[in-house]
Amino acid sequence: MTAQPTDIATYNFAYLDEQTKRMIRRAILKGIAIPGYQVPFASREMPMPYGWGTGGVQVTASIIGPDDVLKVIDQGADDTTNAVSIRAFFKKVANVAVTTETAKATIIQTRHRIPEHPLAAGQVLVYQVPIPEPLRFLEPRETETRKMHALEEYGLMHVKLYEDIARHGRIATTYAYPVKVEGRYVMDPSPTPKFDNPKMHNSPALQLFGAGREKRIYALPPFTEVVSLDFEDHPFEVQTFDQPCALCAAENVYLDEVILDDHGGHMFVCSDTDHCEKRREEGHRGHLAPETRLAPEKMEPAQ
Amino acid sequence: MTDEPLLRVSALSKFYGSRVGCENVTFDLWPGEVLAVVGESGSGKTTLLNCLSTRLLPSSGTASYRMRDGQFRELYRMSEAERRFLMRTDWGFVHQNPADGLRMTVSAGANVGERLMAVGDRHYGKIRATAVDWLSRVEIDEDRIDDEPRAFSGGMRQRLQIARNLVTGPRLVFMDEPTGGLDVSVQARLLDLLRGLVTDLGLAAIVVTHDLAVARLLSQRMMVMKDGRVVESGLTDRVLDDPRAPYTQLLVSSILQV
Repeated sequence: MTAQPTDIATYNFAYLDEQTKRMIRRAILKGIAIPGYQVPFASREMPMPYGWGTGGVQVTASIIGPDDVLKVIDQGADDTTNAVSIRAFFKKVANVAVTTETAKATIIQTRHRIPEHPLAAGQVLVYQVPIPEPLRFLEPRETETRKMHALEEYGLMHVKLYEDIARHGRIATTYAYPVKVEGRYVMDPSPTPKFDNPKMHNSPALQLFGAGREKRIYALPPFTEVVSLDFEDHPFEVQTFDQPCALCAAENVYLDEVILDDHGGHMFVCSDTDHCEKRREEGHRGHLAPETRLAPEKMEPAQ
Repeated sequence: MTDEPLLRVSALSKFYGSRVGCENVTFDLWPGEVLAVVGESGSGKTTLLNCLSTRLLPSSGTASYRMRDGQFRELYRMSEAERRFLMRTDWGFVHQNPADGLRMTVSAGANVGERLMAVGDRHYGKIRATAVDWLSRVEIDEDRIDDEPRAFSGGMRQRLQIARNLVTGPRLVFMDEPTGGLDVSVQARLLDLLRGLVTDLGLAAIVVTHDLAVARLLSQRMMVMKDGRVVESGLTDRVLDDPRAPYTQLLVSSILQV
């Protein structure tokens, strides 16, 4: 990285002004002190629409420093519009190094996935959260849900799981699967697939959640107990896939279905593009992988 | 049997500004006893019920409740967490309009099971078995268990609301016009059901109603209210057969004879 302060143009470092960053950092610290508790904060207008990660971007902007290495993923992929734009945004306003490699990043901003590569101590995972309140669709009143959190009245959360089993014969919630943090607060892990829930438990990385439109920040400090809610006779289970990744033959990873043509052709590939590329570099081949091995530089547009 | 009342109410008053909601109400409620509160609309019945069930805070006066451990606790000095816990375990509240007391968008089974899950039940099979049992006790077919209350008739909704309240085995149930808005044949079956349940479970209940026939059928004791004050109280049969206060005499003589 070559730090060239002149490149930052007319913006303050990392776009937000210093007072705003201090306000957001205070909310983050409070969130870390009370794991799973939703801390209200004065969310700012960002140069992007709500729903595109305004909460995550504000959290990232408040914690990023000139020496940080940023990775941004959208549904596990480094190369989708949202991920590319946010990466370019921070390159421009903070002049930081960016990467697609999970292990090299110090800050990973994510929409709806946790990387397959295990996170390490010192890394920060920043989630973009659309609706932070896990009780919202059961109880529309904010005054009431805050009271329910305060008094630890979480029976309603199980009513939702009960409904799932009554209707579908199993817990049909597959994403935004509610978790209990340190035996106290029930938390929405943002719309990550429930496949990723076990990765949140006792993670050595710091996990921060930002909801821009809803103006809430919450956090999981490293090594926090995160338990997915369930019934004794219907225990929590993650999704399983009956075939490996079509490109890198990885098993026990989260797969996306990719439509290949309009004749019903499809394949299942790793949702985590970085993980998939790494495995192909190591020589793992799935049954639909191209015969000639692609050079990884060609897969990813040059930064 | 115990020789102490379940609920002691003393000089309870509620004012809305200078207007009287209810004034200086004093009574004891004994375990297994059904008390009817009657009076015309605006007489303070519902205000009194809401104060007793801690949904409203009174302006003055006290009410103490004998907890399961035998200790009396002053209701208005309990923390909100304790009151809400009491509300969903040891108490029930049957609203006049079932939509106020039910979750209309979740299934009947989940409506009945919600209180069980709220007190920590985490076994789906057991919760469902209890729900099935309670639905049959309030005469709702087992195959309606996964239907939403929106698909139920008014009488069924009211019976479902009763099941939902009784599933945790409460000792005290508040009812606000439980038969209001139902046609007479449905009313008769609901009253029959309520009478059976109250007797079987040894429930104490405070029933607010403007229908003297409901009071006669359900309650052992009644209080007649007018303009926020209790004008007469006593055994139900005594009050209805030999009303003493002029207002009670008017009320009793106003019953339509068919």
